[in-house]
Amino acid sequence: MSLIEIRNLDVWFGDGLGRVNAVRAANFSVAAGESFGLVGESGSGKSTILRALTGLAPTWSGRIVVDGVPLRGKSRSRAFFKMVQMVFQDPYASLHPRHSVDRVLSETLFLHGFKDIDARVSKLLNDVGLDARFRFRHPHQLSGGKRQRVAIARALAGEPDILLLDEPTSALDVSIQAEILNLLTDLQNEHGLTYLMVSHDLPVIGHMCDRLAVMKDGEIVEVMGVDRLRKRQATHPYSQLLLAASVR
Amino acid sequence: MSRLDVENLWVRFPTRQGVFDAVRGVSFSLERERLGIVGESGSGKSMTGRAILRLIRPPGIVEADRISLEGRNLLQASEPQMRDVRGRQISMIMQDPKFSLNPVIRVGEQIMEAYLMRARTSRAEARKTTLEMLEAVSISDPERVMRAYPHEISGGMGQRVMIAMMLIAGPRILIADEPTSALDVSVQRQVLDIMDSLVKKRGMGLIFISHDLNLVSEFCDRVLIMYFGRIVEVCDADRLHEAKHPYTRGLLNSLPRLDRPRKHLQTLTRDPSWKDMPSVTGVR
Repeated sequence: MSLIEIRNLDVWFGDGLGRVNAVRAANFSVAAGESFGLVGESGSGKSTILRALTGLAPTWSGRIVVDGVPLRGKSRSRAFFKMVQMVFQDPYASLHPRHSVDRVLSETLFLHGFKDIDARVSKLLNDVGLDARFRFRHPHQLSGGKRQRVAIARALAGEPDILLLDEPTSALDVSIQAEILNLLTDLQNEHGLTYLMVSHDLPVIGHMCDRLAVMKDGEIVEVMGVDRLRKRQATHPYSQLLLAASVR
Repeated sequence: MSRLDVENLWVRFPTRQGVFDAVRGVSFSLERERLGIVGESGSGKSMTGRAILRLIRPPGIVEADRISLEGRNLLQASEPQMRDVRGRQISMIMQDPKFSLNPVIRVGEQIMEAYLMRARTSRAEARKTTLEMLEAVSISDPERVMRAYPHEISGGMGQRVMIAMMLIAGPRILIADEPTSALDVSVQRQVLDIMDSLVKKRGMGLIFISHDLNLVSEFCDRVLIMYFGRIVEVCDADRLHEAKHPYTRGLLNSLPRLDRPRKHLQTLTRDPSWKDMPSVTGVR
């Protein structure tokens, strides 16, 4: 059974003449333990799908089913947030500038209803490869890669099954990108996570994902396995164009 | 004599913890060529570009033995003389058009202003030149774009507008600081092609600053690789993949590749001695 199922998903913003159809009739499913990628250029609707899933884009229609439970509107249950967590693109913007790493993680653990917060903060830092001395630092005292590690630790706090990754490495240098992608690979093996990852970078998606969907102007034009991507056997002309532009 | 000569350039920022050296004794020359400067964030690549145009604000300090533009020493130029150099002799394209264009002035007006500052001519003449320039950067309906405000045009078009604005006064050297990093891959290609043809047609020298090794190896003639404010390696762009320095090798190997799947990506182990190695000269 698939863990995430999306059927006939439309997402729009505004109404009347100002209506923008950000996602149109999207269909795909992600199996438990799988990594699924969404690629496309800016404005293609790939991040909007993640936002609709998490309730951040309230105007949508169609079916989104997560672990057998159909979602409605923009309200999500506590159980949903325990199961699904998101890592955002910009580690500079997604952490509170005046909260220390310790506070960011403790607060999240408290909201998830854990009691042994102190021990769990240490474990989370250890899981994402951060030394204990970073625990009481503030975001501005950390490099971009370390901040993204904190953001990943925060997402892991509730022991989720699904991580939504919205361009998790596009703000980072290539050497740091390699470290974060390796961390995500290891975490997936250790915790049996399911990834739904958005990126504009085909080689990154090719490295991380088992299957991927190519999006253009709000529509999924092609869903393919990573083997076909590697052999450059995309069938849709737009996917071929993306491949040609990003592989040198 | 080359078009641009930079000798022993230092950029320093005094901080509470002491003086921070962002660029540490860099030397290079630029001919009629496309010179790439690559490095990670904090390597000093942007600071090098800005220092040439004296765009580093106090308390930042720029020191050099020589920065000369076709034999003329820019270090001794007064601020009014520098203003004359900027735009007419050396232009700079910044990363993000959103932050480089004035949001409350129409695009056409801004390009015309850039032209009128440099050339003594009528507004009608400036308008005509602006329209031609917009056409040269492949904007199909220049009349509409002239009237548009910056928020009404897309990122790719904004970057083309910036290129038009920077090239309208016919500079001898163009410094492009990550000109396509904010753009999608397909638009990126277009913008690069436009820049390339203009640079070739007008015989300009180009300094192309980027963190993208693949892009630079494909687009430039020669590449300087910077690390901690120094040049660690200089090579021909088409032979970047045969680079020798462990830092360059590490950067190249940490990129995921579609044709070489692997479970874990190679990570870069930084050797502390790289920081102290003397800067390689980029003088041709």
